[in-house]
Amino acid sequence: MWKTILRRVLIMIPEVIILSILVFLLAKAMPGDPFTGSINPKADPAQIHHLMKINGLYDPWYQQYWNWVVHLFHGNLGNSYQYQEPVTRLISSRAANTLWLALLTMVLTYALALPMGVFAGRHEGKLPDTVIRVYTYVTYCIPFFVILVIGIWIFGYVLGWFPTTGSISADATSGFKSIWSRAYHILLPAILGALFSTVNIVQYLRSEVIDAKRSDYVRTARSKGVPNKDVYRHHIFRNSLLPIAAFAGYSITGLLNGSIFTETVFSYPGMGLLFVNSISYRDYTVITALVLIYGILNLLGTLLSDIILSIVDPRIRIE
Amino acid sequence: MENATNFLNIQDVSTAFKINGRFYDAISHINLQVHRDEIMAIVGESGCGKSTLATTIMGLHDPAETKTSGVIDFEGTDLLQLSDDQYNDYRGAKIGMIFQDPLSALNPLKRVEDQISEVMDYHSDLSRDAKHARVLELLDQVGIVAPKRTARQFPHELSGGMRQRVIIAIAIACKPDLIIAYEPTTALDVTIQAQILDVLRAIQQENHAGIILITHDLGVVAETADRVAVMYAGQIVEEGSAEQIFTTPQHPYTRSLLRSMPQRENENDDLYVIQGNVPSLQRMPQGGDRFAPRIPWVPQSAHEAEPTMHTVAPGHSVRCTCYKVFTFPDQQKGPVTP
Repeated sequence: MWKTILRRVLIMIPEVIILSILVFLLAKAMPGDPFTGSINPKADPAQIHHLMKINGLYDPWYQQYWNWVVHLFHGNLGNSYQYQEPVTRLISSRAANTLWLALLTMVLTYALALPMGVFAGRHEGKLPDTVIRVYTYVTYCIPFFVILVIGIWIFGYVLGWFPTTGSISADATSGFKSIWSRAYHILLPAILGALFSTVNIVQYLRSEVIDAKRSDYVRTARSKGVPNKDVYRHHIFRNSLLPIAAFAGYSITGLLNGSIFTETVFSYPGMGLLFVNSISYRDYTVITALVLIYGILNLLGTLLSDIILSIVDPRIRIE
Repeated sequence: MENATNFLNIQDVSTAFKINGRFYDAISHINLQVHRDEIMAIVGESGCGKSTLATTIMGLHDPAETKTSGVIDFEGTDLLQLSDDQYNDYRGAKIGMIFQDPLSALNPLKRVEDQISEVMDYHSDLSRDAKHARVLELLDQVGIVAPKRTARQFPHELSGGMRQRVIIAIAIACKPDLIIAYEPTTALDVTIQAQILDVLRAIQQENHAGIILITHDLGVVAETADRVAVMYAGQIVEEGSAEQIFTTPQHPYTRSLLRSMPQRENENDDLYVIQGNVPSLQRMPQGGDRFAPRIPWVPQSAHEAEPTMHTVAPGHSVRCTCYKVFTFPDQQKGPVTP
């Protein structure tokens, strides 16, 4: 199995290189130059020309790309135009917020979706199955940001159970208090996110359970005298989880993309909100860095999916 | 040796499936005895109810979707009266079932060893080591060359013949008294078929088990079976010793089946084809001879209104009276005119 994982990791190297070239070329294709806006507008064009030259902006693109990559490896992604601070510091201060929100959302999503999917499949066609299916279709149909706004209105304003903006209250300074405050702030976005992202998992798992229930190997298990609950535990559940495991990694990246909505609506200071703001301020260095990071996270997500799948499914391991 | 009524005695068993809210009989009023130390073959076309009979004996039907009536007396217990939990004490332990498709009948995610020892987890008090030893012994018994290696493998790493052997090993792990072999050789090459049948016969002699061999392959039947029951449209239409069925078949259906089998004497002729199809459950004729629509040249008067079994020789019985006048259209010399 380690062979499979190693091979899969090696494949990622050319993927990351191609991704970085694409991101770099897209950034190059954006109009304007890095100096015109940041120095005295009355500056001599010859001086800008000189700045461009000493900063290597007239070099061939592969030379520039190489310089960019070298800087990248030194942790230097340039300065943000909007905030006038290094992009790496800007992003790393936000990354943890996004990560916690995504993690909690994912844990809640699986905690809700796995039991619902199995339950619906097991009691196919009966009332609980119908209720669960209606629930998933409804959540699938309503746009996510509409749910977020309604959620804030009900639980934030009308009931006042949860804070509606930010990631921490201003008075939470000490250790425990600040942890609690952070957890309290991500609870509502995470719950809303989880409630409305179960549909894929529930529907997949349900149909997999229904298929597995009628499969020949389950009939074999029953003919061995295995009690019903063990048939579910040892045979149906694990086989039905294969496709769920297959997109577990993708769902992480899906959550990061989803965080763009959540963070914007909740004014939650994470990478998603930073991304949206950077786009509206044309903060090119930040955009480039975020696109690269989101791209790498997507690759890592698919890597994770493949690793999980090779653990749970012996058929795709390379011996 | 126990007598018939003490081993497996199937009396008046019907199983109906629910289709669009109505129940339709897939097998109706089956009577059948199976003895220890014998191979009872059940033959018939696809859709004649062979597999329903097998799964009914195993109790594998969802009670919400099926309705079963009658008595399946197995060693003094009526299986149909058991709860699902009680049934589990029989399945795998006293009744073993061998399934047809060796690829899909094994769990793709479990090692061979785990799939075989799972039977013993529920039906024996053996220790881990004892179970491991038994798994290797079983694999050896079903003719697997390297039991240790195979035990560690996953089903997808095995050939079709090896998988079928693993399935047999699962079925016989607890030395069941009754083995139901459902098309055990259909998916295999002819050479492997013969080996598998040898394995089955050897196991039977060792355990004094009774075997129900369900197949549509008359060649396999001729080679292995002691007695044969021919099924058509959910009913047994003829029953007798293998010799009686193959040398003096009576029922038109049995005779048609045998005639549609390639043989050395008729290898240059066209094979006989039975007209029409087995009726679907919803279209099953409820009265009269169910085979009558497929032999339309036999006059209605030759059939009974409610066909019953008639004994034609000791141990040989046949349903309906039409066998007395039946001839094939191209061989008519008797009283029947087209």
